[in-house]
Amino acid sequence: MTLKPLNLALAAITSLALAGSALAQKKYDPGANDKEIVIGAIHPYSGPASAYGAIGKAIGAYFEKVNAEGGINGRKIKFIPLDDGYNPAKTVEQARKLVEQEEALIVFNPLGTPPNTAIHKYMNDKKVPQLFVATGATKWGDPKNFPWTMGWQPNYQSEAKVFAAHILETKPNAKIAVLYQNDDYGKDYLKGFEDGLGDKAKSMIVSKLTYEVTDPTVDSQMVSLKSSGADTFFNITTPKFAAQAIKKAAEIGWKPTHYLNSVSASVGSVMTPAGPENGIGIYTASYIKDPTDPQFQKGKDWDDYVAWFKQYNSSGNINDVNATYGYTVAQGLVQVLKQAGDNLTRENVMKQAASLDMTLPRLLPGVNVKTAADDFFPIEREQLAKFDGKTWVLFGKVYGR
Amino acid sequence: MSSQVDRKWVWIGGIVLAVGLLILPFLFKNYRVFQFNLVLVYAVAILGLNILTGFNGQFSLGHGAFYAFGAYTAAILMTNFGVPYWATLPVAFVFCFVFGFLVGFPALRLAGHFLALATFALALAVPQLLKYKKIEGLTGGVQGIVLSKPEPPFSFTLFDQPLSADRWLYFFTLFVTALMFLFAWNLLRGRVGRALVAIRDHPIAATAMGINLPVFKSLTFGTSAGFTGLAGALGAIVVAFVSPDSFTVTLSIFLLVGVVVGGLASIPGAIFGGIFIQYVPNIADEISKSAPAAIYGVLLIGLMYLMPTGVMGGLQRLWAKLRARPAA
Repeated sequence: MTLKPLNLALAAITSLALAGSALAQKKYDPGANDKEIVIGAIHPYSGPASAYGAIGKAIGAYFEKVNAEGGINGRKIKFIPLDDGYNPAKTVEQARKLVEQEEALIVFNPLGTPPNTAIHKYMNDKKVPQLFVATGATKWGDPKNFPWTMGWQPNYQSEAKVFAAHILETKPNAKIAVLYQNDDYGKDYLKGFEDGLGDKAKSMIVSKLTYEVTDPTVDSQMVSLKSSGADTFFNITTPKFAAQAIKKAAEIGWKPTHYLNSVSASVGSVMTPAGPENGIGIYTASYIKDPTDPQFQKGKDWDDYVAWFKQYNSSGNINDVNATYGYTVAQGLVQVLKQAGDNLTRENVMKQAASLDMTLPRLLPGVNVKTAADDFFPIEREQLAKFDGKTWVLFGKVYGR
Repeated sequence: MSSQVDRKWVWIGGIVLAVGLLILPFLFKNYRVFQFNLVLVYAVAILGLNILTGFNGQFSLGHGAFYAFGAYTAAILMTNFGVPYWATLPVAFVFCFVFGFLVGFPALRLAGHFLALATFALALAVPQLLKYKKIEGLTGGVQGIVLSKPEPPFSFTLFDQPLSADRWLYFFTLFVTALMFLFAWNLLRGRVGRALVAIRDHPIAATAMGINLPVFKSLTFGTSAGFTGLAGALGAIVVAFVSPDSFTVTLSIFLLVGVVVGGLASIPGAIFGGIFIQYVPNIADEISKSAPAAIYGVLLIGLMYLMPTGVMGGLQRLWAKLRARPAA
């Protein structure tokens, strides 16, 4: 009993001391100090995927704007963009350079599934955030096994769930045929689709066929899918095969309700070669404001975007949706760093990245960025769009969590 | 007299170089050591291609395929069969030797640029074949295979730097590289080397002198593929990851660039080739994000203009000039 007051006093002093230190003390990991935050990034500026280099440039240009306006909590961003040419062996080298040589606080938005796979283990061994990776594979949202890696855009599974939800709403008795590429990407979509349909998946999906990337065409698959009697078609193909599938369906007179994965939602490389008239009525999904879509070329967010483009990203192409992507993902990171305040440890960066709930100006209305300690999928909502023979027209509500 | 003095200096130079190479990894960070490892790996791969192209005059635009084959051999042996990393290297050499011999045999009917095209086709095909469904269980398909880095078998520190996994791999790679260079040196300095050069310079005369053209050409192709395949296996161990996208046709072309930059038919030139293909893309990337490939091209053209016979040729010319000056 006599000890009790002492205990209380001790507890009070300890808690005061702890609270005091938490308020006063700034905490830093390598790559952060009172003046700057070092952000490393890896994008393909050379090689076969160099078109995506526009993302890295847009990110850098956005950080320039942030720095010009005073930085984040008084700190400037020091951005170190590196080129991996989409070669996983090079990605390993560049990630090691960023972590060991440049001592970056995080490695931001590395692009592509193979490059990210190559550094997945390394980043988690080193406990350095591999934040907002630019790929749609579902494996990036696995906080239990890989707590230092987080995705960004809607993953293949959540997109497939959007299509499944739309089918259940509009055509609950649909007989569905699925064509998918026989690799991780195709299987990822299929899994999400089956999960989305739930118990009805078995009865609704009447035919599932695959093709290989090395196949010359998917013509024979399309003929068998038609003969299965399906009235709905989920098309999980990359651009070349998507165009073939759309064209072949028209040739053999098969007119199912056609869902096309967003991987191939390109007018130029899919719909035009397939014959735009053959693609009328096809559905796809989207989450970002296309800079070429007139309905998104107005309002304050567009003016801000154009002003930023003119002042900081003038070497880019304003029609390039990749720049919009870079602009948006950079805004996401800025929010994470703002939330982190003066506690700029890698652990806290991941913690803040896992407690986001916001919207960003160039995401579609209703699409948000939301994460939690067990939810490492920032963007999961998408809106459906229908092809009108010229362009994709958004319609209906926003789907997803 | 003068030759004795020369020999003494060669010895001193050699010892300084050896000591330098041994303490080098302790003077740099792990990431730099990792880059040194890659330089050595590329040097062995380039040496392999140089045996074929430089010494024997056969062009290959497909050595990336052998590199990939070696890398996958090592990765599959390590993950699926539990083979220790060092034991995968001889296997990769033998596999790629056989593979190269089989490719080289029909390729005999193709001279010069036709051979280049045939091997180019091989380089184009390999990334797609690696994704083939039936062998996905082995190759991991598009995802590739993630490997674990070999841990150093013992620990010590030098200059306060521990023997990390990368530093251990440096010594391992250095040892293998030295062995392969010695092997190539022995092979090419003697009768075999002369036969190869004779075939390159005058095949008809070589046949007349009793050199069995088909056998020699196929064996050269096999040996060359074996060297490059072993380098691939070493590269897989160093990078700790293989995937089809690591071995695109660009790799084959870079290897050829390395051969030409280092110096055709020069054994030490391969080291300079390795340095070039490892570091010049990084330099180009640092100069410009907009057009790294263009900067790379300019650097390459500049180098070939300054040293038309490669770095080794340039050094020899420089050396000859320096020696000639006191006499004149």
